[in-house]
Amino acid sequence: MRFRGRAKHAAPPAESTPPPPAGPPPALVIDALGRKCPIPIIMLAERIREVPVGEVVAVLADDAAARTDVPAWCRMKSQEFVREETLPQGGWGFHIRRNY
Amino acid sequence: MAESTASGTYFDAASTEPAHPAARAALLDALESGWADPARLYGRARSARMLLDRSRARVAEVLGARPDEVSFTASGTQAVHLAVLGGLSARRRVGRHLVVGAVEHSSVLHAAELHEQDGGEVTAVGVDRLGRVDADAFAAALRPDTALACLQSANHEVGTVQPVAEVAERCRAAGVPLFVDAAQSAGRADVPAGWSFLAASAHKWGGPAGVGVLAVRKGTRWRSPLPADEREGRRVPGFENVPAIAAAAAALEAYRADMADEAPRLSSLVDRIRAEVPRTVPDVEVVGDPVHRLPHLVTFSCLYVEGEALLTELDRLGFAVSSGSSCTADTLRPSHVLEAMGVLTHGNVRVSLPRGADASGVERFLAVLPGVVADLRRTAGVIPG
Repeated sequence: MRFRGRAKHAAPPAESTPPPPAGPPPALVIDALGRKCPIPIIMLAERIREVPVGEVVAVLADDAAARTDVPAWCRMKSQEFVREETLPQGGWGFHIRRNY
Repeated sequence: MAESTASGTYFDAASTEPAHPAARAALLDALESGWADPARLYGRARSARMLLDRSRARVAEVLGARPDEVSFTASGTQAVHLAVLGGLSARRRVGRHLVVGAVEHSSVLHAAELHEQDGGEVTAVGVDRLGRVDADAFAAALRPDTALACLQSANHEVGTVQPVAEVAERCRAAGVPLFVDAAQSAGRADVPAGWSFLAASAHKWGGPAGVGVLAVRKGTRWRSPLPADEREGRRVPGFENVPAIAAAAAALEAYRADMADEAPRLSSLVDRIRAEVPRTVPDVEVVGDPVHRLPHLVTFSCLYVEGEALLTELDRLGFAVSSGSSCTADTLRPSHVLEAMGVLTHGNVRVSLPRGADASGVERFLAVLPGVVADLRRTAGVIPG
């Protein structure tokens, strides 16, 4: 059961071991740890233009909503969602490639 | 009342429908004639018993059940809990595996959690981007030790109608009883056939709060998870609220009859919202199935906006709507429905039209929404584009 309707934790502990690093390191890391959605998404939208087209941005966030909202943002804005990784200190890193 | 001006801006029928006039009239009558204990043997008691049984027959008729299959509960949530836990309990010897749709109402999922804590096993069947369960995937989750399967008639947050008839057929073939949570559609549409257990809630069709319906199909095994009690065919403990039940039955009959004309009218207003919002609000996603959906409900998400701020601002302007975004209502988690669909969880607004919602209220909502979203984005420092 993935239902966690009443969970009170902003940053649940890591649920799985992080996958091995795939691809090149991100050109820009945006630290949105401790920020509630939609702020991580606003920060991503603001700053993705700082990297050249084809490069990867990483957003670090610990609001669980980001796990759904970052991929949804990529779909809506035609950017490429590369992967999600679990951070050792809690939270997640989301890798997004700038498409345009 | 649906006719009053206030309902022009009450767009949260999926939470609760304003009282139907038929409910009010029946309630006042029954407070006079139906207060005695229906289990006793004197005249007043027999009157209450007759009123209760007549209400049962009326509700059964609309829901496509036999009167002796229907019990009244203290809420829709209680009906769900009794259906899930009682259905599991009756088939304990078969196994302890439970199958649920991933976007079921929290009452179903909380009952499933309890079953899991009690040593049972739960499989949640995922949904597609529109929020629909796939009948084949659902059937594939059924096992020889599956005691019960649960599927809603339609989703309460995004309005998508589930393939209940197909899933019921697959469950029947596998010999697994199917519980259908019809809370969001009962009274608005016919209940699909094939259920073993059914739950509904009177305040969703303009009846009073505090009346739920649990139906157990003839021949389906069910065992109460609660201490024994004689009431409601030994299915629901506690003294029946006969006046509220009478009001619920009157409301259901009247509401279902109203919906013959009203459902298509509300559905065209929803079509209007579905078409207009993406045209006038940038960076918005309307979610749920555009065609196979409840007639009265539409949900959309606005990028870069907090759901709570959106609700507060719309309330200030006189519009009562709901949201599945985190930080709203009673949970700090994003909606499990939006999460399972993989659609934006923030900036979420659910509009659900009550009976009698007028087109002018919808137009006023559509007129203010773009400005509200733009102002909130500006406040958050979002640069358009």
